[in-house]
Amino acid sequence: MTSAEAVPPAPILELVALHKNFGPLKVLDGIDLAVRPRELVFVIGPSGSGKSTLLRCCNRLEEPDSGAVIVDGADIMRPGTDLNAVRQKIGMVFQSFNLYPHMTALGNVTLALRKVQGLARDAAEARGRAALAQVGLADKENSYPNALSGGQQQRVGIARALALGPKIVLFDEPTSALDPELVGSVLAVMRELKAAGMTMVVVSHELAFARAAADRVVFMEGGRIVEQGSPEAIFGNPREARTRAFVSRLSQGHG
Amino acid sequence: MDNGLERLVFAFFNAEIAAAWAPKILEGMWVTILVSLAVVATGLALGLALAALRAYRIGPVDVAIVAFVDILRALPPLVVIIILFFAFPYLDLPMSAFTATWLSLSLVLAAFAEEIWWAGILAVPRGQWEAARSTGLGFGATLGYVVLPQAVRMTVPPLVNRVIAVTKGTALGSVVALSEIVSQASSAASLAGNPTPLTLGAAAYLAIFVPVVVLGRWLETRFAWKR
Repeated sequence: MTSAEAVPPAPILELVALHKNFGPLKVLDGIDLAVRPRELVFVIGPSGSGKSTLLRCCNRLEEPDSGAVIVDGADIMRPGTDLNAVRQKIGMVFQSFNLYPHMTALGNVTLALRKVQGLARDAAEARGRAALAQVGLADKENSYPNALSGGQQQRVGIARALALGPKIVLFDEPTSALDPELVGSVLAVMRELKAAGMTMVVVSHELAFARAAADRVVFMEGGRIVEQGSPEAIFGNPREARTRAFVSRLSQGHG
Repeated sequence: MDNGLERLVFAFFNAEIAAAWAPKILEGMWVTILVSLAVVATGLALGLALAALRAYRIGPVDVAIVAFVDILRALPPLVVIIILFFAFPYLDLPMSAFTATWLSLSLVLAAFAEEIWWAGILAVPRGQWEAARSTGLGFGATLGYVVLPQAVRMTVPPLVNRVIAVTKGTALGSVVALSEIVSQASSAASLAGNPTPLTLGAAAYLAIFVPVVVLGRWLETRFAWKR
């Protein structure tokens, strides 16, 4: 409608010619990907295709061999980058939750607020409670992880990422370790996040979620992006034979 | 039979001799408790510091820590005490029996505690490091707030055993005339011409270490948690 809409907003996260080898294995073989504000990018691909490594390179939990990782306008591969500051902007949610077992839900969510952002306990706890409320766990702040279901643990994991006020959240197979009946609560939180305008990159096999919530689906194989497009295009009418084969296998496996 | 039992009671459970020498044994108990507390404090603090330092994986530092740990785990504590007690004066450094015993056992406990805690650090899943680092915590903060608390909790049982074993080694201080329980009891036994003070000494050890064992068991349950 207006001219402002014609100019695409600057990406929050941009990967340029990203390479990563594990010995002779090319895990990432030249990845270019830009994620724009409020976008939900859904990454699919066979196991070993480099999806998780891709995510882990975005905050340099995994060190790329070459290429650029541009977060909010700055290349975080540049020497002298304050990685701990950058990581505040990039939330990460793990397949196995990785909650700290010796801390309560609130303790998990407030640790970085207090020790990295330097908030006083009161301020940190206020923000931590807000984050827990956002994932529907306001009443669990004093529970230790072992007293929570898998779905609740993962939602605490999401709250831990959200509390820092990230510009983008990376989800690494967030529901793969969950019993089927617990998946829904986590996906519901993710759907709400999407609706609230959070930028997200999600590696997952939850096709129904991708169809409903993703702006773009990226299919990876062998460390490369084979094809990307809208969920309708990738799931309904993929151009590449490899995409078609993978999508049909995945749809059968998941009903 | 009755005669034998009477003689046994006279030798080891002689009330008169017990009453006469009890103050000496109490003095020894006090020394044993002081040395033990000092050893536990220094040994555990040094062991934790070494384990934390090792987590940084700085090549030459690692080599030094491993060498220290292996040597002190290999040497009998008695040998360490004797070496320190007799060698330091040659360097014109004063060395009391208390200092020699305290320092030796502290170093030995530090070596064992370092190994135990290092194993604990390695046993903390990698995902814990990754989760903490992904929220912007630095290496040291991750180690201090996330990894070490878990490593310490996991290793309470072996650590309690080692603490008890090493602090009982305060008895070795008697060799360099530290006036702890064994030293007091054996000199009392020879002065009294009756081994009853040794029985008192044994009772003194029980009085000190049974509570420690009970405390250790409580700690184990207190800090055990399901993952």
